[in-house]
Amino acid sequence: MTPLLSVHGLTKRYGAHLGCGDVSFDLFPGEVLGIVGESGSGKSTLLNCLAGHLPPDAGQVIFDTRADGQRDVLTMSEPERRMLGRTDWAFVHQHARDGLRMGVSAGGNVGERLMAVGARNYGDIRDSAIDWLGRVEISETRVDDRPTTFSGGMQQRLQIARNLVTGPRLVFMDEPTGGLDVSVQARLLDLLRGLVRDMGLSAIVVTHDLAVVRLLAHRLMVMKDGHVVEHGLTDQVLDDPQHAYTQLLVSSVLQV
Amino acid sequence: MTEQSYNFAYLDEQTKRMIRRAILKGLAIPGYQVPFASREMPTPYGWGTGGVQVSAATLTPDDTFKVIDQGADDTTNAVSIRRFFERTAGVAVTTKTSEATVIQTRHRIPEEPLTEGQILVYQVPIPEPLRFLEPRETETRKMHALEEYGLMHVKLYEDIARHGHIATSYAYPVKVEERYVMDPSPIPKFDNPKLEMAAIQLFGAGREQRIYAIPPYTGIVSLDFEDHPFEPTKADHPCGLCGAADSYLDEVITDDAGGRMFVCSDTDYCESRRAQGHRGKDAA
Repeated sequence: MTPLLSVHGLTKRYGAHLGCGDVSFDLFPGEVLGIVGESGSGKSTLLNCLAGHLPPDAGQVIFDTRADGQRDVLTMSEPERRMLGRTDWAFVHQHARDGLRMGVSAGGNVGERLMAVGARNYGDIRDSAIDWLGRVEISETRVDDRPTTFSGGMQQRLQIARNLVTGPRLVFMDEPTGGLDVSVQARLLDLLRGLVRDMGLSAIVVTHDLAVVRLLAHRLMVMKDGHVVEHGLTDQVLDDPQHAYTQLLVSSVLQV
Repeated sequence: MTEQSYNFAYLDEQTKRMIRRAILKGLAIPGYQVPFASREMPTPYGWGTGGVQVSAATLTPDDTFKVIDQGADDTTNAVSIRRFFERTAGVAVTTKTSEATVIQTRHRIPEEPLTEGQILVYQVPIPEPLRFLEPRETETRKMHALEEYGLMHVKLYEDIARHGHIATSYAYPVKVEERYVMDPSPIPKFDNPKLEMAAIQLFGAGREQRIYAIPPYTGIVSLDFEDHPFEPTKADHPCGLCGAADSYLDEVITDDAGGRMFVCSDTDYCESRRAQGHRGKDAA
């Protein structure tokens, strides 16, 4: 089977400081990969390099495109990469405000990606916006409200709807549950798990919350100081950590 | 009565040459916003400094100049710009659309169709159609370069969601020759179909330092949705003075008891119709 995303030797330096060093992995269709590590371990740098937001210094990011098969994303022209960012890829930011247009109604936010790929029928755009709001448990009556009037959890769900409306195959998530209270987190995780399963999405989830990866991720990578120190199946890594840092990480979680 | 202390049409020759280069580039790439080194003019920003600079670079001593503001030849802005070029360039001026070779306009296209050989100069406040949706200039330039115009439809979507129809009634975005999305300056959308014309159209934004252009007979399409097509709109009345049913109208309040009348915003069009004997219901 061809991996959907294949990363080889990805390295990003900030001057003398290492952002992430020599990261390689394969991601297969339908698979969810979790990346954990403490603050400053390079997990967000890695995600931003993968998603094309930051130019890495070395390495390859090979994506299995629908049209031309495997292509190195880093050598693509900018229009191609941005097109990919609107169609096959999605990026869920930690802060919903970074991923939403706060001055535009919920329906407009969801519809933007559709219009960006050429949808020009108002009725159809609105119907799929309402459909997607329903799927992320936002009432149809809120379709014309601005995200500023939404709660944090609703904003995050709206951001997810906005990203998934074009049926992407790969979703990048940066701390998707960060800054939400625990009951809202639980519902959001439940929703994400359902969407990932129903749509057969592949996803890369960056988080420092081990509960999130336990629930969502099939495989896990642990990062420290820019390097991957351990990787494997999620349950295996969390239940039988081998590296000293992973052991520390797992034992740091407060058991209630 | 040219005042000898000024160069012809106020600006020095090097500046006019620089502006002409920007104009030529704009004509070569219809709808593309060409940056230019806008000069301080003796009028404040917002009073048509972009249009004045484009007119200055375009005028020759043989030209006949006309200025309209919201269609009218007799408002402050129009009168002062007309006087400015009378004094600094000594060109002939007129209020007749058909006699003018260069027409500077604010917010209107004349009702009378323009012909080949005429030049229409627009004063533009904000040249970037995407500005209110995407405040970053670096990003809007990239969007123009990569033809990413989905955002423009988000604005129209919001209009329909909020008002039930496309409520944008002026500065209605257009696509030029199936390439650049352009702000036609704040003309009413009633004028949008007239953008496809025989005359050269030049747009000058002084404060924003941009010039763009539409060559004659260029294809202009107003953006819309399949199920909410573009519709040019005007007040549903005939002109109170000349009876014209096909011209864009201003609403004029005549007393404090709800009295009002609708008159052509294009004063030259209205006057020439009245000279031909047309009368509206409010004509004295």
